[in-house]
Amino acid sequence: MKTVNEDALQKNYITAAYGIRSWLLTRDHKRIALLYLISITLFFFVGGFFAVLMRLELMTPQGDLVSAETYNRLFTMHGIAMIFFFLVPSIPAVLGNFLLPMMLGARDLAFPRLNLLSWYLYMVGGAYTLYAMVTGGIDTGWTFYTPYSTGYSTTNVVPVVVGIFILGFSSILTGLNFIVTTHKMRAPGLTWFRLPLFVWSQYATSVIILLATPVLAITLALLGVERIFQVGIFDPALGGDPILFQHMFWFYSHPAVYIMVLPSMGVVSELVTCFARRRIFGYKFMAAAVMAIAVLGFLVWGHHMFVSGQSVYAGMAFSALSFFVAIPSAVKVFNWTATLHKGRIEFRTPVLYAFGFIGLFTIGGLTGLFLATLAVNVHLTDTYFVVAHFHYIMVGGAVMGYLGGIHYWWPKMTGRMYHEGWAKFSALILFVGFNLTFFPQFILGYLGMPRRYYIYPEEFQVLNVLSTAGASILGLGYIIPMIYLLWSLRKPRTAGPNPWNATGLEWLTPSPPPTHNFDKTPIVTEGPYAYEEKSANGE
Amino acid sequence: MANSSSRLAHQFDDLLQQQEASNLGMWAFLATEVLFFGGMFAAYAVYRSLYYEAFVAGSQHMDVLLGAVNTAVLLLSSLTVALGVHAVQRGDNATLTRYLLMTIALGSVFLVIKGFEYSHKYAEGLIPGIRFTLEGPNHVELYFILYFVMTGFHALHMMVGIGIMTAMIIMTRRGRFSPEYYNPIEVSGLYWHFVDIVWIFLYPFFYLIRVHP
Repeated sequence: MKTVNEDALQKNYITAAYGIRSWLLTRDHKRIALLYLISITLFFFVGGFFAVLMRLELMTPQGDLVSAETYNRLFTMHGIAMIFFFLVPSIPAVLGNFLLPMMLGARDLAFPRLNLLSWYLYMVGGAYTLYAMVTGGIDTGWTFYTPYSTGYSTTNVVPVVVGIFILGFSSILTGLNFIVTTHKMRAPGLTWFRLPLFVWSQYATSVIILLATPVLAITLALLGVERIFQVGIFDPALGGDPILFQHMFWFYSHPAVYIMVLPSMGVVSELVTCFARRRIFGYKFMAAAVMAIAVLGFLVWGHHMFVSGQSVYAGMAFSALSFFVAIPSAVKVFNWTATLHKGRIEFRTPVLYAFGFIGLFTIGGLTGLFLATLAVNVHLTDTYFVVAHFHYIMVGGAVMGYLGGIHYWWPKMTGRMYHEGWAKFSALILFVGFNLTFFPQFILGYLGMPRRYYIYPEEFQVLNVLSTAGASILGLGYIIPMIYLLWSLRKPRTAGPNPWNATGLEWLTPSPPPTHNFDKTPIVTEGPYAYEEKSANGE
Repeated sequence: MANSSSRLAHQFDDLLQQQEASNLGMWAFLATEVLFFGGMFAAYAVYRSLYYEAFVAGSQHMDVLLGAVNTAVLLLSSLTVALGVHAVQRGDNATLTRYLLMTIALGSVFLVIKGFEYSHKYAEGLIPGIRFTLEGPNHVELYFILYFVMTGFHALHMMVGIGIMTAMIIMTRRGRFSPEYYNPIEVSGLYWHFVDIVWIFLYPFFYLIRVHP
């Protein structure tokens, strides 16, 4: 190894090396985070493109833009691109990768090569799935329910399933890396109850990823075996049990909802404390709540199957357990609110996203309770009420948190500040556009409009037009940040190490940080969010 | 003799931290593996409780002797792995190489026997979706599907294990290991033991249920 001179120490992780090879073979967690940022943004726009076509078709009651078959492909591929290729990796793979080692005072994740492998697995799985989408697509719904997916669909089921199988290992390796890093690489003095809540949420998410994803992998493998060899594992005509498929699928896919939303909760805890200049209210409860959600999340999968032939008693148990999830979730919402209470809130862009998250997550969570109620569920199953509910959690919750985090840590990642006015404006129209898109869908569902249809009775048109109008505003709210964030890269690196005057080890480094993050391993002497102490010192 | 400080990756402070991290990493990976096989065992449990007769009928076609030999072979291979770890702790790399070679040989014996069993099944027309001619109780096919999927995934893990052990031999011969640094041997051993344990469940579940009244 060459000697490190003064000049090299001044270099940051972006200018440390040049050329495409230095990026494609990097083991730096920060560079890998940027690779993920670019790749998942691509998939976000792929999924968004399908959503645009769907909303355009639903402007009118008749089917005039696309055929029924095409529409089936659109909602399937929208779901697959958004869930598997955007939401599941979003915060962990981008923000988690970038920040987790820095928040722990470490030089990198425990297994940097494995981290790079994760990205390659993501790309291989993604490329394969994109190929399958372009050459005919898939029309089974993102849930791949059997026997349709194994016996009847004539679309590219097997290639898509293979793509997601590969992708699953990318998630698993990221989760494994985070767990080991959090256990073994914390800086001196950084005890478990001094960890930022972002780290707790990444840890809880990683546990879910590690224990749930392999079940999806084997379920999809069995589905592939059934489809290729036409043997009866899940198909009742061939002697299998389709309910078993649903059990195994939702054993992953319900916890996957928490894979998507827990990281956002971690981001919101960072934003709320920083911009209210307060210590988080009930730190230990907040940490315990994410772990409780992770554990309870494994026990509620049956609430997706209330009407699909599961026993009534199982239904009752799953219903009751689903209600329990509301308790730690409410603890989080109340504690964020209590943190904001009497704080001197600075209304900067990131905290606007945090507000958006808290409001929309609350609506999404409370409507989840309606759906967990057996009798109400029978009426609402497979209606737009369900669609609205989970978009409030996944888009209103997870994506708001993701964008809030991107805006908060953008100066750390790039060294640049974006245009605050445009950023505030787009946060606002995102909130408006989101509600206009999805709130009418609650009413549509309540009135009985089923999901996954490309035509509908005329009386639903007004609400559908409202929803489409909202979607166009929402779309704008996603495009504007793309523009001003990219634009900010033209500006000089003037953000400084700590533009928000925040606590947390990641803000001790220069922006952008050097490859090894810290010249000297920091020593931690206090808990996170010591904002009151910071103010007392006149900082 | 290997210089142990050159084995330290830049992100770790010392070898102990590095060793603890890779041990925990392997245990976490095995947790994933438990759930991966767990999905199949859950399917097995559901179908066996629904179609018990068919499962007993299916297991009549298993060669208990070959299964028992394979069980013994795998248990022996776990012993050689454990002895290999013991050898490297004493710094005896020649013995380590010998034990790793024995492990690979035993793993290969297992796969060869498994291959014979599979080809017998093909000859008897017991492979669902490819050649299945058995007239048995309803759902006996499910038993064979699960048999092939579960033992198939297990065999795949064996092959990966043999690959890992081969890499370990190459690393040993390049003098990478010493009593201070032998962590890759240890975690590879963990993986090997796990794959063995899976077989310890597969053997009674598929071969021995006909013995049960």
